[in-house]
Amino acid sequence: MTLLEIRNLSKHFASGGRNVAALTDIFLTLEPGETLGLAGASGSGKSTLARILMRLLPADRGSIRFRGEDWLALSGAGLRRRRAGMQMVFQDVLGAFNPRATVASVLDDPLRIHGVVPKAERRGEVAALLDRVGLPTSYADRSIREISGGQRQRIAIARAIATRPSLIVLDEAVSALDVSIRGKILELLVELQRERGIAYLFVSHDLAVLRAVSHRIAVMDAGQLVEAGTARQMIENPQSPTARALIAAVPRLMTGPPQGHKHEF
Amino acid sequence: MSELCDIRGVSVLYRGQPIPALKEIEFSIAAGERLAIIGESGSGKSTLARVLAGLLPPGTKVSGEICWPGGRPLPGRDLGFVFQDPSSSLNPVLTVGEQVAEGARRHLGLSWKQAEARAREMLEKVRMPQPEKTLKAFPHQLSGGQRQRVAIAAALAAKPGILIADEATSALDMVVQADIVSLLDDLVRDARMTLIFVTHDIALASGFADRVAIFRDGRLVETGSTTAVLASPGETYTKTLLASHRDLTTRPLIEDAVG
Repeated sequence: MTLLEIRNLSKHFASGGRNVAALTDIFLTLEPGETLGLAGASGSGKSTLARILMRLLPADRGSIRFRGEDWLALSGAGLRRRRAGMQMVFQDVLGAFNPRATVASVLDDPLRIHGVVPKAERRGEVAALLDRVGLPTSYADRSIREISGGQRQRIAIARAIATRPSLIVLDEAVSALDVSIRGKILELLVELQRERGIAYLFVSHDLAVLRAVSHRIAVMDAGQLVEAGTARQMIENPQSPTARALIAAVPRLMTGPPQGHKHEF
Repeated sequence: MSELCDIRGVSVLYRGQPIPALKEIEFSIAAGERLAIIGESGSGKSTLARVLAGLLPPGTKVSGEICWPGGRPLPGRDLGFVFQDPSSSLNPVLTVGEQVAEGARRHLGLSWKQAEARAREMLEKVRMPQPEKTLKAFPHQLSGGQRQRVAIAAALAAKPGILIADEATSALDMVVQADIVSLLDDLVRDARMTLIFVTHDIALASGFADRVAIFRDGRLVETGSTTAVLASPGETYTKTLLASHRDLTTRPLIEDAVG
């Protein structure tokens, strides 16, 4: 069964008396265990789509089916219960946590709220989550402010997998990290997907990151879906000017002498 | 090329910090070169940019010396600085025209009217769409990429010989980043300026820098011509940085979908 099916999704914002289309008639599907990369420049609407999906923003029109249910029709306790199935990891690692929290409390909250494991097993589950994302279990007592950016992003991933979701929305989840750490976080995400069959909707402006982990890539521009296909097709044979611009913008290591006045854009 | 500045054993310790942000840095910068200062978080790359520009906060301890054979550059007049976040470097209550004109008026001795003409010229140079209209706009009315173009125009309005760009493109999306990098490259080339481009992205730097200097944990790991360092890095850390680079030719971490 298709895990996620977005149909005709549209959203407008009122801005300075004008009505600005943030999303126009978006159609997307996602299969279990699949990664869909959502590429686009700033203002393309990709984060708006992610926020509507997370039910942080209402849609104007269209439908979303998640695990066979009408996701936009859910509310109250029904929505809260099913939120366990769809989690999110943000770009701003520190802003995504209560700064006074300890690592243990960050991971214990979703376990408690969603009743993932019985109370007596929660401590053990926190330790298992830390271990799974490659952090020592002694980190449980640290403050979220005391650890590095890469470690915090590991905690954000541990928090996301704590509720055993079938979909995680990754909104520029590695963009703020140093390159040497970025690769390790991407590897962790891929391992978790293999092991647990989690699907990812990976939002990024960086096609090199999306190429590394996505089965398919969809390209957005000015609120519209301009192109979608397998990652390889999209990179090797882009059809839209937007996709071509995104591809040209990925920095390459120039091992020859500097190219002079014009870049190969 | 003549020497622009010689950095001799410079260490920087911020107030209240146990560990220096820069440790015994030794190297020199040639006039007119395009130098990329490369490093990850905590490498000291921004501290180096700030110590060169004289922008360290009060209470910072600096030891060693920086010699400028042609005289110490005056920030704003001889040295322009572009920060990562144009929303905080631009004054929110001044129009774009006023902030770009300010440097020209102060350092080139222009009247307000002449400075305004200079600001219009600068906005055209940074390829700002609708320069005339932008003169009267406030920073919040512009996109992130446009704000960074304004910040570059303001930094270059007084015709400085040196431009320091500190992660000037890392808050922008990649398409805008590519535009801004090519803009900086063109501007600096045309005016024969010295460019000090601070970045975490070695690949981005490799596209236009003559020389790279790799920093880690407050120390200079290695420096050399871009071609030489990329072709045969001398240090393990540089090799690691190069190996961590990912572009569209890097093998994906997953098996490709069939079809």
